[in-house]
Amino acid sequence: MKKLMIALLALLPTLLFASGNVHLDKANYDLTDKASLQSGAKLFMNYCAACHSTAHQRYQRVATDLDIPEDLMVNNLMFTDSKIGDLMKNNMDPAEGGKWFGVVPPDLTLVARLRGPDWIYTYLRSFYADPTRPFGVNNTVFPLVGMPHVLEELQGVPTAIYETTEHDGVEHKAIIGFESNGQGEMSSDEYDKAVLNLVNFLVYAGEPNKLERQALGFWVLGFLAVLFILSYLLKKEYWRDIH
Amino acid sequence: MLNKLVTGTLDWIDARIPMTETWNKHLAQYPTPANFNFWYFFGGLAMLVLVNQILTGIWLTMHYNPSAELAFASIEYIMRDVPYGWLLRYMHSTGASAFFVVIYLHMFRGLIYGSYQKPRELIWIFGMLIFLVLMAEAFMGYLLPWGQMSFWGAQVIISLFGAIPIIGDDLTLWIRGDYVVSGATLNRFFALHVIALPLALVALVFLHLVALHEVGSNNPDGIDTKVKKGTASADEKGQFTFHKQYSGKKDIIDCIPFHPYFTVKDIMGVCGFLFLFCAVIFFMPEGGGYLLEAPNFEPANGLKTPSHIAPVWYYTPFYAILRAIPDKLIGVVFFGGSIVILFFLPWLDRCKVRSIRYRSWIHKANIAQFIVCFIALGVLGALPATPLLTMFAQVGSVGYFGFFIALWLYSKNEKTKPLPTRLTFK
Repeated sequence: MKKLMIALLALLPTLLFASGNVHLDKANYDLTDKASLQSGAKLFMNYCAACHSTAHQRYQRVATDLDIPEDLMVNNLMFTDSKIGDLMKNNMDPAEGGKWFGVVPPDLTLVARLRGPDWIYTYLRSFYADPTRPFGVNNTVFPLVGMPHVLEELQGVPTAIYETTEHDGVEHKAIIGFESNGQGEMSSDEYDKAVLNLVNFLVYAGEPNKLERQALGFWVLGFLAVLFILSYLLKKEYWRDIH
Repeated sequence: MLNKLVTGTLDWIDARIPMTETWNKHLAQYPTPANFNFWYFFGGLAMLVLVNQILTGIWLTMHYNPSAELAFASIEYIMRDVPYGWLLRYMHSTGASAFFVVIYLHMFRGLIYGSYQKPRELIWIFGMLIFLVLMAEAFMGYLLPWGQMSFWGAQVIISLFGAIPIIGDDLTLWIRGDYVVSGATLNRFFALHVIALPLALVALVFLHLVALHEVGSNNPDGIDTKVKKGTASADEKGQFTFHKQYSGKKDIIDCIPFHPYFTVKDIMGVCGFLFLFCAVIFFMPEGGGYLLEAPNFEPANGLKTPSHIAPVWYYTPFYAILRAIPDKLIGVVFFGGSIVILFFLPWLDRCKVRSIRYRSWIHKANIAQFIVCFIALGVLGALPATPLLTMFAQVGSVGYFGFFIALWLYSKNEKTKPLPTRLTFK
């Protein structure tokens, strides 16, 4: 029994940290915040969409869901020769993209469901200068990432802050934070807010029906709860003459 | 006038097919033990889920494209562009898991009340065949979204057949229709998933019910409710008339007609079930990554292996047994054996008393350890295999097979409690 307890205790860290060893910051996104979603859409179309498609959703649907007038959408957020009803593809040739970045930039329609909002939120805030990399940046959430720091113009060039600790006489160097060189358009707080808006947009893109689904769900469950009570009373009435 | 029209129509039909006769024989005058409890909801619920899967499946098929190039995108088309397509898809994906939930609970009922024992061996066998076909059906359906986990899950499971000596490699090639899982595999799995296996399922469910209605339901007391003709008192027989098919040969005790008593009771069960089912559909369709797995939101890519490949939760107990054994061939043998052995349950249990209520403490302990092992194996099968977890899975596997061996050994001369002569209501 004691052995079993020890074994179970030994198991605990494995179970707790099975999801990976990088700490992810919580993304407190809000799908009902239309302004945030619009701002996220603007960031996405301006900084991400040239390389990353969101080819499962349509421009028109995004415009409708996010309360963006169609002419604004067409004139300011569509950079290809697509029509408003088209899928949100881009003009990058996958073969060329593979050559430029070492990997074809993936479609991002479902990235929030694949990796989770917290991952994206932390990832976009974890670039740091690393002259050994082709684009001069590396990332703590996605080490050796093939992508440049496209939001550098907003954040500035972040450098990693290292902490050196000593374990058993061996020195360990670990990144504990980032510091921007201040060349970006945004303050640190503004940048976090902008990334959160972008995350919000990607969560929306992953499942555009999420709010509708939940709203309908309350009615369905309410209806079933009432029906359950009625069916219980019906059963009771019928079974009165049994035992 | 209207009344006359209705009776006239019914008579017209009854003169041509036995409609009223069938209604009476299988519903309105079908004797059902009156003391069915909570555990007896799940057979009917399994049929409800089957109907749900077939109906939502038909509508999904109208928009789904079974090709490697378009399958993934067509699912997202259903999720976004088809009106209420997301609801159909979530009903179907949640329905797959719900099917296994109700089937496992239904099997558990059979296990504790000895419903597999003589004379219901064939009901159990047909039920096990349903379970087997259902596993194949779910496995093939899981490939259709053509996501990363679909692809790699299929790759891993099909490669198991490769462990079979001599014919193994040819067999996997024959199943896949290609050297790796590909569009050819997707096409044939689609055909099997939407036509062949559903037909087999419906046929087996029909046979399961034919076998059930021939001998009648077991009950929580596990005693016979059909006794020798002329031996039951009026009180035992109760107030109801049953179809002569049943009451002609035997006296029926403590039974009530299925309709309306169990139809109204099952409506209540259906409402309760649908409440939970819809709670998942509308508020947690991904089921924390256990119903819809995160890697499946990325299209299948044969060049990129996910860091952790795990089967969907309903296969994990058996998958844990497979992984617990270091040798691949022996692992596959025990993996198959863990399901095959269930078929033999009616003959492994040699006790004459059916219900757990009147059986020995040894039997109760054996069932308890079996359930603990089954659930533990289910959890372990979903986790990455570390040496420690593999050791736990080995212990669990011993418990799983040990259940059947122990049952065979002690059940012959088991010390049971005296059986009641009438059904008890607790």
